[in-house]
Amino acid sequence: MTRSRHVGTGTVAVAARLVLSGCSEEKKPVAQAADLEIRIGHVAPLTGSIAHLGKDNEQGALLAIQEANATRITIGGRPARFVLVPEDDQADPKTGTTVAQKLVDSKVAGVVGHLNSGTSIPASAVYNGAGIPMISGSATNPQLTEQGFKAVFRVVGRDDQQGPAIASYLAASARPKLVAIIDDATAYGEGLANEVEKTLKAAHVQVLPREKGDDRRSDWKAVLTKIKGRRPDAVFYGGMDATGGPLLKQARELAIKSVFAFGDGACTDKMQELAGEAADGLLCSQAGIPPAAASKKFLDAYKARFKADPILYAPFTYDATLLLVEAIRKADSPDPAKYLPVLQKIEYAGATGRISFDDKGDRKDAEMTIFTMKGGKLAPIAIIKQGQTIKFEDFMAQAGAAAPAPAAQAPAAAGDGKK
Amino acid sequence: MDIFLQQIINGVTLGAVYAVVALGYTMVYGIIQLINFAHGELVMIGALVAYSVLQILDPGGLPPAARLPLALVAAAATCMTLGWLMERLAYRPLRGAPRLAPLITAIGVSILLQHLALMIWGRSPISFPALVASETYVVAGAAITNVQIGILATSTALMAGLALLIYGSRLGTAMRATAQDPAVAGLMGIDADRIVALTFLIGAALAAVAGVMVAGYYGIAHYTMGAPLGLKAFCAAVLGGIGNVPGAMLGGLVLGVVEALGAGYIGDLTGNVFGSNYQDVFAFIVLILVLVLRPSGLLGERVGDRA
Amino acid sequence: MRPRAALRRDSRLLAAGIVLTAVALAALPFALAGIGTAWVRITNLAILFALLALGLNIVVGFAGLLDLGYIAFYAVGAYAYALLASPQFGIHWPFWVTLPIGALVAAVFGVLLGAPTLKLRGDYLAIVTLGFGEIVRIFLNNLGSPVNITNGPRGIARIDGLRIGEFDFSSADTLFGLVVSGPIKYYYLLLAALVAVIFVSVRLQNSRVGRAWEAVREDEIAARAAGIDTTRVKLLAFAMGASFGGVAGGMFAAIQGFISPESFVLVESIMVLSMVVLGGMGNVGGVVLGALLLSFVPEVLRFTVGPMQRQLFGRMIVEPEVIRMLLFGLALVLIMTLRPGGLWPSAVRRRELSLRGGASGPLR
Repeated sequence: MTRSRHVGTGTVAVAARLVLSGCSEEKKPVAQAADLEIRIGHVAPLTGSIAHLGKDNEQGALLAIQEANATRITIGGRPARFVLVPEDDQADPKTGTTVAQKLVDSKVAGVVGHLNSGTSIPASAVYNGAGIPMISGSATNPQLTEQGFKAVFRVVGRDDQQGPAIASYLAASARPKLVAIIDDATAYGEGLANEVEKTLKAAHVQVLPREKGDDRRSDWKAVLTKIKGRRPDAVFYGGMDATGGPLLKQARELAIKSVFAFGDGACTDKMQELAGEAADGLLCSQAGIPPAAASKKFLDAYKARFKADPILYAPFTYDATLLLVEAIRKADSPDPAKYLPVLQKIEYAGATGRISFDDKGDRKDAEMTIFTMKGGKLAPIAIIKQGQTIKFEDFMAQAGAAAPAPAAQAPAAAGDGKK
Repeated sequence: MDIFLQQIINGVTLGAVYAVVALGYTMVYGIIQLINFAHGELVMIGALVAYSVLQILDPGGLPPAARLPLALVAAAATCMTLGWLMERLAYRPLRGAPRLAPLITAIGVSILLQHLALMIWGRSPISFPALVASETYVVAGAAITNVQIGILATSTALMAGLALLIYGSRLGTAMRATAQDPAVAGLMGIDADRIVALTFLIGAALAAVAGVMVAGYYGIAHYTMGAPLGLKAFCAAVLGGIGNVPGAMLGGLVLGVVEALGAGYIGDLTGNVFGSNYQDVFAFIVLILVLVLRPSGLLGERVGDRA
Repeated sequence: MRPRAALRRDSRLLAAGIVLTAVALAALPFALAGIGTAWVRITNLAILFALLALGLNIVVGFAGLLDLGYIAFYAVGAYAYALLASPQFGIHWPFWVTLPIGALVAAVFGVLLGAPTLKLRGDYLAIVTLGFGEIVRIFLNNLGSPVNITNGPRGIARIDGLRIGEFDFSSADTLFGLVVSGPIKYYYLLLAALVAVIFVSVRLQNSRVGRAWEAVREDEIAARAAGIDTTRVKLLAFAMGASFGGVAGGMFAAIQGFISPESFVLVESIMVLSMVVLGGMGNVGGVVLGALLLSFVPEVLRFTVGPMQRQLFGRMIVEPEVIRMLLFGLALVLIMTLRPGGLWPSAVRRRELSLRGGASGPLR
């Protein structure tokens, strides 16, 4: 890594900006030619069928970059300016490696992404080979961190962390004797459904043979009709909201009365829009602490900046980006060789809860939140932490009494920045 | 038994949706032996335009019954314009070119339409408003909604209307003549270019109706919704015998029912070694078997003879 | 009759040309790496797709059989390699065993597809091949249970790279003070494979079998009347084309180190077919050109659209990924309408096009 090159491009960019814009809205008197430009890559599909999730991820990262710049961090005695380099991997594994190489070529300090496990895994080999850390905010496939790569992390819970959470809550609350499980035949949906099945079976709940659709299906009636004939007490679906919405709607049309439980892909406000009244009573899980408990600050900032609510993983890419920034700040260097050891040992309070990594790069005891759909809104009802189920009210009371809520601790607060 | 009846109802509704989209494929194919791969995208555009019109008219306080025709007209007009442009710019210059050349322009047009839709309607799946309040009736233990009945009625009407047009009107005679032999039809005073353009217009209008139907039924619309639907409809058209209007209807229904029964019963029949995950495999195997036994589809006669 | 001196001069020129091209191709990856190693990877993928397109060209271009499920053979080759060289089953066979096995399995699948579809023609064949491609993908996606063979949608990770003894294609080496990265090594390997496949393609086209394919393509009934065993000839086309796809798939698995069913979707089949048609069906040079063009255009756009907008307008007006796709779609339409026979059509096609002339009258 040659630092001079960074400075060079940084200088040109700043000079060009000054010439082009004269006075930009975010004019900073500190912005001198000596600015250190630190580039952070972000990769997600921006075209194709899950492009909306990709854009959501990108906006989370963008928000983090802007906040980091607002705190005027100095690295090595020079004011640092973080720049996000967004790329589109089209959810295609081979494009994933191409853009990964493009980011490595342009000497980014770190990468946030990719969105899908299928693109993250081959791309991780490229980043790891170049020694550049990557943090995925959404790839849940366990294989990503089982490759023995030192520079690969994720801030989202693995399938085998989230699955047991929702399954044990379902088993404890609805006390079903017979459960039907459906998935969308993707790495995410099937992986999650497998973990749910494992947990339920361990709790001596009977599980029907797996039913499957695909990630673009809108007609679920055939599968649902078959399930209806078996009269399960509960139905779990591993998949996204775009397929989960119609599924739920059609289930109610077929007069299926079972409890429905979904994973985080379908734990969004979109469910209410897509399924209407049918969504009421739905149970679903999200990795991390719900926005109401953790980071209202993030939620408000996102809404103010993008005129929309975050869809799904934006809080995670936001955290992932700030984690990179924090590690770079602590190591006082954007050189991956220097800040990677810091990142591995980091303790950080983000929008999705407390974050630290285990040896593999997975998030340690990620909290999970269980929601229910009530009157068209997702309401948190329980937090699951280290296998313990805590009622949401109790959790809030604890959080209020004991340690300051994670939200209170702004990432890289201005006061810390001077060091 | 009520489960079986329910699966038949599921399959027939799904099949009716396939059939309406398949009509568009088969009409164009019947005239110029061209698979208009961009037809699915017209369905998508139809749905999204209708969505926008419904949204714009929403605060006006118009009842759904009054908004729907306007939305349909706007969707049909947009799709017809696009269909006409498509024929004019991407297909007409390629008449007389190798058979596969228009396939590539069709793919190009598909990509263009999808990403234009992305620019206009964004990346998120859009929840499509319910056109009528859904009501469920229970018949012999099986549930059927008024929306499903509406879909069946609409697609039957469209098919009948189209059959009437093709087999009972002067325009239809001209279309069939052009399909049989454009050169001779030309000698009889038929303007083949005009007939082809008209075919595209009718096909595009059908796509718009199909789009509104599909989006209204499932309550969801998205800029990538066209391709998977188009693929299934294309299969339905070929299954029935491509180029044949009643064939498209039959092909759609058969495909829909096969899919529903496949998802419903493969698991039990194979001791759960295979399950609903092989629903599409089952559908394709039926398709392949039909074509191997009847190489020109269920009702088809003519065979395109080279790639 | 030309004088011998002139002939000798010609052959010398030819030799010089070949040497120059070879030197240029050998130096290319280093030049590309100067711009960015990403370009070496893009080139590698382009060559991989050229291999695929050449395989499909045998089926579509030579024998005239429309195949919309070609990517299935690529998938079969990739999975054959991955299963025999990864921790999935704990098998780690060397590539000179796994690649030929992949080619062989793919060829068997080619015959499996070809046999029941011999009677089908044109668009009916297209839909059956499309169905076949989807069936293969769905099986790969679902064979993670009840017995875990393919690991389902989660795919197979940690696939062995290619290695010969101590020489590992996946990692960087320093030769004579020159850093040779993994992608550069794969470039040479892929280039060698491409040259071999081009050679085989050209030889096939001018062979007895090649002429039989041409006869079947132009008129199957006449071909049979002329004593050609059309069944055997067609099956041979499917098997040959499939085996090329199988080899390309194996190399893809080795280079990527990870494969999952999402790499083998219908769109990929259509993309390869587009390369064949856009380049010039039946013409080896044209097909390679088509593959390179369709692989490079989106990537060149990826690198240029964003900066260009910023330079022209000072900010982003349309998101670069959207405008990239719009331009790509437009390019497909424009190229095809301007050159209906493909960019570089085969001699036969050229004659047909000029004979038919004009753009009036519907398709035949």
